[in-house]
Amino acid sequence: MDTVRADRWRGVVERAWRPAALLAACLAIWHLVTVTGLVEAYLVPSPAKTFGLLADKWSYLSGHTWVTTYETVLGFVIAGVLGVLVAVAMVYSRTIESTAYPILLFAQVIPKIAIAPLFVVWLGFGFEPKVIVAVLMAFFPVVISTVTGLKSVDTEMLELAATMGGGPVKTFVKIRFPAALPHLFAGLKVAVTLAVTGAVVGEFVGSNEGLGYVILQANGNMDTPMLFAGLIVVSLVGVLLFLLLDLAEKLVLPWHASRRGAAVTTLLAKGGS
Amino acid sequence: MSVTSGTTTSAVEISDVSVRFQSKRTEVTAIQQVSLDVAPGEFVSIVGPSGCGKSTLLKLVSGLLTPSSGSVSLLGEQVRGPRHDIGFVFQRAALLEWRSARRNILLQAEMRGMDSAEAGRRADELIEMTGLSGFESALPHELSGGMQQRVALCRALLHQPRVLLMDEPFGALDALTREQMNVELHRVWRETGTTVLLVTHSIAESVYLANRVVVLTRRPAVVQEVIEVGLPAERDYSTTMARPEFASAAAHIRDLLGAVTGHD
Ligand SMILES: Nc1ncnc2c1ncn2[C@@H]1O[C@H](COP(=O)(O)OP(=O)(O)O)[C@@H](O)[C@H]1O
Ligand SMILES: [Mg+2]
Repeated sequence: MDTVRADRWRGVVERAWRPAALLAACLAIWHLVTVTGLVEAYLVPSPAKTFGLLADKWSYLSGHTWVTTYETVLGFVIAGVLGVLVAVAMVYSRTIESTAYPILLFAQVIPKIAIAPLFVVWLGFGFEPKVIVAVLMAFFPVVISTVTGLKSVDTEMLELAATMGGGPVKTFVKIRFPAALPHLFAGLKVAVTLAVTGAVVGEFVGSNEGLGYVILQANGNMDTPMLFAGLIVVSLVGVLLFLLLDLAEKLVLPWHASRRGAAVTTLLAKGGS
Repeated sequence: MSVTSGTTTSAVEISDVSVRFQSKRTEVTAIQQVSLDVAPGEFVSIVGPSGCGKSTLLKLVSGLLTPSSGSVSLLGEQVRGPRHDIGFVFQRAALLEWRSARRNILLQAEMRGMDSAEAGRRADELIEMTGLSGFESALPHELSGGMQQRVALCRALLHQPRVLLMDEPFGALDALTREQMNVELHRVWRETGTTVLLVTHSIAESVYLANRVVVLTRRPAVVQEVIEVGLPAERDYSTTMARPEFASAAAHIRDLLGAVTGHD
């Protein structure tokens, strides 16, 4: 039992030491660049100053962090549910697929930052326009990955299902949907990181709270330590949400997790394309 | 199943069936006026050059495909859509990778809404019969190709279908595993009394297992000859291989297939 635990820890260390070393190297370079005066302090604050500020102003930052997280999660959940429903409709109906595809593509290529002001005009300074931008950002990868997943089922498996006579609902529930889950999760992981961006973009355009607001304010005041602190927190929110989904995937799809490598590879493969 | 006629209904009756596939520019005739009668409990092997229409023939019987002309009856009833009273085994096991071996077998029961206790008992019986004991909870990727195909066979037999369709079920297995599977399939067939239609590329397999071997021509497939295999019902593998009836049937089929492909 003890050796199993020791082995698990060794595994964690083996996987974590390279990224940890890289992170430490980045912090060290950041530190050196600032203490040597290579870059002026008002342009790039030192890590010590940034993290000091982060700790000092945590009560201020945490409120805004919560707002952005709320907008992100709400947008992500809406995009997830809508995305899966649209994908299912597209897979089961040629007509819907050919009708919806051009609109989807159009909605995807339209720059979100350019239409965000419109939502502010329509909906005001509340959380709604941020959620909508987050939904718009996160929706597309969910649809594409779910469609791919639902179509990835062997024709032979579907033919077998037809001879078993379970009907389309049972075929979907027992065969098609579970088979699509690995693809769906890959899409969700990309989607959640995009939802963070969406929420922040929404806050940039018109807001009096949230991390996007904090960053914009800090920018206006030339308060680079606060700007850096805001950036760090926003990134951490994204990373944390991503890791939560990764954990959910491992819990929901143990059979899949056992067959593939690191989670990050799917993110890179999806996000890079 | 009329009593007055005095003859028993065929398990499978294919009469004058043709299948044409329409694609954008061309029309392919896969099967041309094929007729075949299979008696209940019979084991019929189907051999022919690849791409001649063997899979198409099985899909016709299962109702996954409708013929362009002619008719197909299964257990005395004309086939009009996918039939549920058959079992189907493909070359690829087509297992759900998130389900254990046993739960893959039970998929058949869940899809049909069979009584779960009864289905569980039946699954255990089949697991025992096919030598899968001890692998019930293994996931497909943890099983060898032969084991996976055993699972697919159990799944196809769970609902006790009166007709079992097999499309090159052992084509992806190594020679030794294939022989073992042949012996097991023969035993399963004798124990269950199921009618079997087996598509295969192996002449030895086709003769060892069958009552009759149907030899098809190149596409469009026409029945070239039906060979009665005069082997006893009880077939030990090595002694069967050594019998003169086996050798002559196999040689004859090889001649027929050679004559067909020789035109290339
Ligand atoms: N759905 C289809 N559409 C068009 N052509 C098909 C289709 N299915 C099979 N064919 C063609 O019909 C012929 C017979 O196919 P098949 O029955 O799979 O052959 P076999 O199983 O004997 O190798 C092949 O030439 C194949 O290309
Ligand atoms: Mg075939």
